Amino acid sequence: MSRATREAFGDALVELAREGVDVVAVEADLSKSTTTAKLADAFPERFFNVGIAEQNMIDVAAGLAVSGKVAFTGSFAVFATGRAYDQVRNTVCYSLLDVKLAPTHSGVTVGPDGGSHQMLEDIALMRVLPGMRVLVPADYTSAKAALRAAALEPGPFYIRLGRVGAPEVYRDGFEFEIGRANVLRDGTDVTLAACGIEVSEAIKAAEILASEGVSAEVIDVATVKPLDVETLVASVAKTGRIVTCEEHSVLGGMGSAVSEVLSEACPVPTRRVGVADMFGTSGEPAELMEHFGLTASHIAAAARELLV
Amino acid sequence: MFDPTIVSERATSMRRDIVEMIAEAGSGHPGGSLSAADIVATLYFGGVLRYDPAQPDWPERDRFVLSKGHAAPVLYAALAEAGFFGRDHLKTLRKLGSILQGHPDNKKTPGVEVSTGSLGQGLSVSCGLAAGLRANLDDDRIVFCLMGDGELQEGQVWEAAMFAAHHGLENLVAIVDDNGLQIDGACNEVMCLGHIAQKFTAFGWHATEVDGHDVSAVYEALTAARNHEGGPAVVVAKTVKGKGVSFMEDNAGWHGKAPSAEETARALAELSSSEGSAS
Repeated sequence: MSRATREAFGDALVELAREGVDVVAVEADLSKSTTTAKLADAFPERFFNVGIAEQNMIDVAAGLAVSGKVAFTGSFAVFATGRAYDQVRNTVCYSLLDVKLAPTHSGVTVGPDGGSHQMLEDIALMRVLPGMRVLVPADYTSAKAALRAAALEPGPFYIRLGRVGAPEVYRDGFEFEIGRANVLRDGTDVTLAACGIEVSEAIKAAEILASEGVSAEVIDVATVKPLDVETLVASVAKTGRIVTCEEHSVLGGMGSAVSEVLSEACPVPTRRVGVADMFGTSGEPAELMEHFGLTASHIAAAARELLV
Repeated sequence: MFDPTIVSERATSMRRDIVEMIAEAGSGHPGGSLSAADIVATLYFGGVLRYDPAQPDWPERDRFVLSKGHAAPVLYAALAEAGFFGRDHLKTLRKLGSILQGHPDNKKTPGVEVSTGSLGQGLSVSCGLAAGLRANLDDDRIVFCLMGDGELQEGQVWEAAMFAAHHGLENLVAIVDDNGLQIDGACNEVMCLGHIAQKFTAFGWHATEVDGHDVSAVYEALTAARNHEGGPAVVVAKTVKGKGVSFMEDNAGWHGKAPSAEETARALAELSSSEGSAS
């Protein structure tokens, strides 16, 4: 079973609205792609389309939040963060408003649309903002649970969603705990810390490594901010080495966040699997995962480098 | 309820506070604070804006969003005058630990609804606020949003203008403090704004123009805008930057500069002699 994390967006909004949570969604002309159209169909009064105007999208959501709503925003990751950065910083985060950015189409798996639409710097941009929490769910179930958790917790959130199907990692009923990294597989030789679509690649990498006699611990760093330092430190204290895996630039993302804390709390040899300091390019998602070195075999290779 | 003499007296008092607090702070924006003083005084002391200083979060209150956040001193002067906080706070403006930040911060200041300072965002926030308040049936709460004319150069303002008209936000009133100047000089030389009221009209708004220093005219325009039905209304208030202090008037150099001790004394002397005759 493989469903895109974006599919969870509209589903979560409709569920929350049905349960009586005062959610609204503000969209910038991408409701079918982001799936916020599901809310528009079920609860039209809870849906606001601003047209192609991302700055207005963020601040209209801010105003709705000031009026007491839990306001989600749509659009694609590249536009919602980059184009509207000042709005996210100076209005949403500065006042700690109940605005939840959940843009879709993050990373290279956007595919053929190419580098202009493949956002690889959004985790970096969002995690440095005071008050912002950053969630990068691994699959549909985790995404829906993350959206729910963000809706029920006051203040700003960034929930990073993707376009293509993400292999199932979690079972129905999974509850997303903000600030907690989930150990998905115990191991003793190397820690594989992953987020988003890279979690399933890390699980596959652990299987490859197991076939070679290497015991890899797999951690889903689903909350990039606030980081679960305790779980990460406990893991690397045991394994002595870590590979971070993310569909994001190696600059400023989850790998950087993990490196920052471990360099102070428990320094260990580290490899960061991610996109090098460059833009994406057109291609099919699977081709691009291979092209940019993001597959399970790349993760396993990085782990082997640390084990020699 | 509206008494032009009282409103003008309050406006003059606010102008004195503006000059004194910026002088004490050693920095700040007197020009655009003074130009907006009669508008803000009419809102707060002319019976236009509904609020309760004893309950800043009173649910039934109207909302005032100072989108031109650098004019924070005019808002702080009004809030202190209205009793949201003690006047002794005014001399702490821009100082470490003050509830009065350089630009409005709703987390720190009672009566500040929305944090502003990055220009061009207030109208969007006001749109969301108006849409959210309107979700309650029979709601008569109004969102007033005060912008500068230079601020209208931000493209986001027009994204918001489209949104307000598209959604028929009749509980939204925008006010433009049209003082004609921005940091680098005359707005129409820096980046020509064209005809502001006509631009809003073209975007689907009900637009009126008024002398922004004639408090009776401002009161009538704001009341009419408040009562306007079917969509958003804008009041374009023609003002003089630095109004009330002769050497600051119509001078872009006073956009963001504190007066010296001697200039402060001259300004306060002028504002004493003009008591009650701000129009």
